[in-house]
Amino acid sequence: MTAAVNRGSRVGTSQILLGLSIAILVIVVAVPVLLIFLNAFWVDGAFNVADVVKVLREPDTYQALVNSLILASGVTVTGTIVGTFFAWLVTRTDLPFKGTMKVLFLVPFMLPSFIGALAWKMLLSPRSGYINRMFMDVFGLDGPVFDIYTYGGIILVETMYLFPFVFIQVAGALERMDPTLEESARISGANLFTITRRITIPLVMPSILSGSLLIMLYSMAHFGTVAVLGIEAGIYNIPTLIYEKIHQSAGSFASIRTGTVLATVLVITAAFILWLQNRVLSRGKYQIIAGKSFRPTQLKLRGLRVPLLLFCIAYIGFTIVLPTATIFMVGALKTYGLPFTAENMTFYNYKFILFEWQLTKDAIWNSISLGLAAAAITMFAGVIISYVIVKMKVRGKGILEFLGMLPFSVPGSVIALGVILAWSGKYGVNLYNTVWIILVAYIARYMAFSLKANSAALEQVHDSLVEAARASGATMWQALRDVVVPLVRPGMVAAFFLIFLPALRELTVSVMLYGPTTRTIGVAIYTLSEDGETVYSAALAGIALVIIVFGESVIKRLFKVGRKG
Amino acid sequence: MAYIELEDVTKRFGVVTAVDRLNLSIEQGECVAMLGPSGCGKTTTLRMFAGFEDLDGGEIRVGKRIISSKKTHYYLPPEDRNFGMVFQAFAVWPHLTVYENVAFPLQIRKLPKAEVQARAEEALKHTNLFHVRDSSPEDLSGGGKQRVALARALAIRPDVMLLDEPLSSLDPHFREEMRFEIKDLQRRFNHSILYVTHDQSEAMALSDRILVMRLGVVQQVGTPLEIYGAPANRFVFEFIGLSSFLQVALRDGRMEVGGASYAPPLPPPAELVVQGGAWLAARPNEIAFTAEGGVRATVLRKAFLGEVMDYRVAVGDAEVRVQTSRRDPGPAVGEACGLVFERPRWYPLAE
Repeated sequence: MTAAVNRGSRVGTSQILLGLSIAILVIVVAVPVLLIFLNAFWVDGAFNVADVVKVLREPDTYQALVNSLILASGVTVTGTIVGTFFAWLVTRTDLPFKGTMKVLFLVPFMLPSFIGALAWKMLLSPRSGYINRMFMDVFGLDGPVFDIYTYGGIILVETMYLFPFVFIQVAGALERMDPTLEESARISGANLFTITRRITIPLVMPSILSGSLLIMLYSMAHFGTVAVLGIEAGIYNIPTLIYEKIHQSAGSFASIRTGTVLATVLVITAAFILWLQNRVLSRGKYQIIAGKSFRPTQLKLRGLRVPLLLFCIAYIGFTIVLPTATIFMVGALKTYGLPFTAENMTFYNYKFILFEWQLTKDAIWNSISLGLAAAAITMFAGVIISYVIVKMKVRGKGILEFLGMLPFSVPGSVIALGVILAWSGKYGVNLYNTVWIILVAYIARYMAFSLKANSAALEQVHDSLVEAARASGATMWQALRDVVVPLVRPGMVAAFFLIFLPALRELTVSVMLYGPTTRTIGVAIYTLSEDGETVYSAALAGIALVIIVFGESVIKRLFKVGRKG
Repeated sequence: MAYIELEDVTKRFGVVTAVDRLNLSIEQGECVAMLGPSGCGKTTTLRMFAGFEDLDGGEIRVGKRIISSKKTHYYLPPEDRNFGMVFQAFAVWPHLTVYENVAFPLQIRKLPKAEVQARAEEALKHTNLFHVRDSSPEDLSGGGKQRVALARALAIRPDVMLLDEPLSSLDPHFREEMRFEIKDLQRRFNHSILYVTHDQSEAMALSDRILVMRLGVVQQVGTPLEIYGAPANRFVFEFIGLSSFLQVALRDGRMEVGGASYAPPLPPPAELVVQGGAWLAARPNEIAFTAEGGVRATVLRKAFLGEVMDYRVAVGDAEVRVQTSRRDPGPAVGEACGLVFERPRWYPLAE
């Protein structure tokens, strides 16, 4: 009797949770994506592929597709080489200060790449870039040393920010790899070069490939760097062209159609890359991890030790320190273009931006409140959805698993476009030009992070722990509250910050959705720079960097304490 | 001079001396097991022998050739030593097939193609892997993987075979089988083997001689029979086989334990008598019960293990393990009884 009642109520609970989960994902992710497909393929009440092909063959769309391909391939190749080389250097050689270097190589992950692109624009734009001008003035060169407004320039800047994807995966694989796999090759008669070529590289190849596919995925969908560096020279990729179409022609039917067609291409490409990455990881996953404690043989760099250390320091100086310093220096100039001398510098810009100018004050406030709200909502929704996917045995879970995969393969510009289609009044709700539309888009964009962190945490909680609580007399809710939630709390906290910090510096989504009073920090930096307010743009970027670095260190501290306890 | 010579081999990690002046000679075709608890320096010794670690003292020679020497700072690289090595975690390469794994060292040696194939296939046949030569080693069981590693080591016709706990990662029922296979192969090819293990029965079954190590120091070198029958010290006695120890006081030609005084079962050495106390050591199956006389004890626990009856008995404050193969019930729990030590040994209390 009691058992029957219990079973009845449990099914009720799971159905409520399942329904809620599906509703969140459908409203936030599925509907916008579906609307994009519909708009792309459904013309005048009929399914029409020929028209899609026609849109794709228009010169500017076609060129954007080609550009995306060129840029993504270039960044993937350079990023993979750079990432693999540094990963090998910090794990398998006797390079000095390896630990510090490893941390420094991960710093680009926390810096927004469009701010980096702005810095490089200030340094290397063909006419007014500081480095180019210095060379022209001092050495009397006729033209710039390096023109950043080119394919090469964009690829280099993106590489600086995306190579850690490969670095982190390959360094991890090299560190975890069983050293006896290499020792057995050594004792078999192979020298270090042969071992690297025939044993080590093939064994870490799945990690290299999976990292480089991530680079490709991000580069394909990347907005910021191309927007900052490409537009001047007419280099558009898919996301920047979507932005251009939507932004300039204020919602004309033709431009929205072009946007949706491009977005469709982007979604399909992203899904394909993710599928490929999944295959690489599942088929190539060798059991190369083992427990013996001997460290792998380190290659003695001998005479190359100091030169390679200097190379690493120079790389970090050039890609991290120089652009960051440029941002702060330019942010302190009285007028952009002046030399960096004491009488040209002022703190007034920073004061003006933080306390006086409504536009930037709004932007900072918008970003912080949007970030907090999106992080909190997405974290809780993510826990519920992950719980249903990972732990519950209910019918209809398959739909949820599919919907749960969706956010992973939908790039930011696609989400933004989908949200515009869904929430600008056509279906009864008009959120256009309000912060709410940005919030909805943020939730959709960051749902993937939350699902990942929360399901990882939930998978650690073995079913028997809940069963033990139930056997000890706890109800389902008590077991959740007293056993499951405390154990997944670290995952929830991780999810919160994984969302809050990127949301603070978000550009791709907000730039397509902002209205007169709903600029975010990213949008404000970008639009100020486009409007020629370079100094204010740099100052705001400097403030953003301070907030981001401060946030990152707070989390580091938080997680260290959490792990000890 | 023996085929293999390790002379005063020493290794330090920071302030810890991992291996302290180890001396060992191995004849051609001999199998020597290095046995000891983890951290005793046995694996470090093997890795120095393989060339993965430099020496902090001493010299290693194989066939009159110096391969590692602290004096001259000469270290032949591992890849030039022509040793075969089998690792605990198999270390077979998952991206190559079984055949490619075995052929790898032969290809590295730039042997002619036909010879690579002939020798790899021969090694695969010896290890019963010929039928799975095109599989991935990932699809094999632990025993299968370890046979691939063995075939790979055999294929090069090594001067010395090094085995680093080769059976520890296998399921228990595979271990015995592999043990015989390794022994058979050694007999057939007359390899010199240096074998590292922490499992005493493995060491006993496989090796001609055993070297027992503790905290970097050699405790005893001898045949399995010598090690078991005449352990050099209390540590070796305790490490090999089951053991029971009784701390006794020695006074006036008698031994005192648990508040009573007895005639010792065998005369203690003079230096222990001078010290006034000693460990009386015995194998549990070499202690018998007697109703009258013997060292008086009380049965604490009793368990039937199938082969034997296992007792814990109290002698004063001390606890002694006794095993009898008799089927008769023996003393019951709580009952008083006498212990007769059939083949005891004396060890100083300091050990």
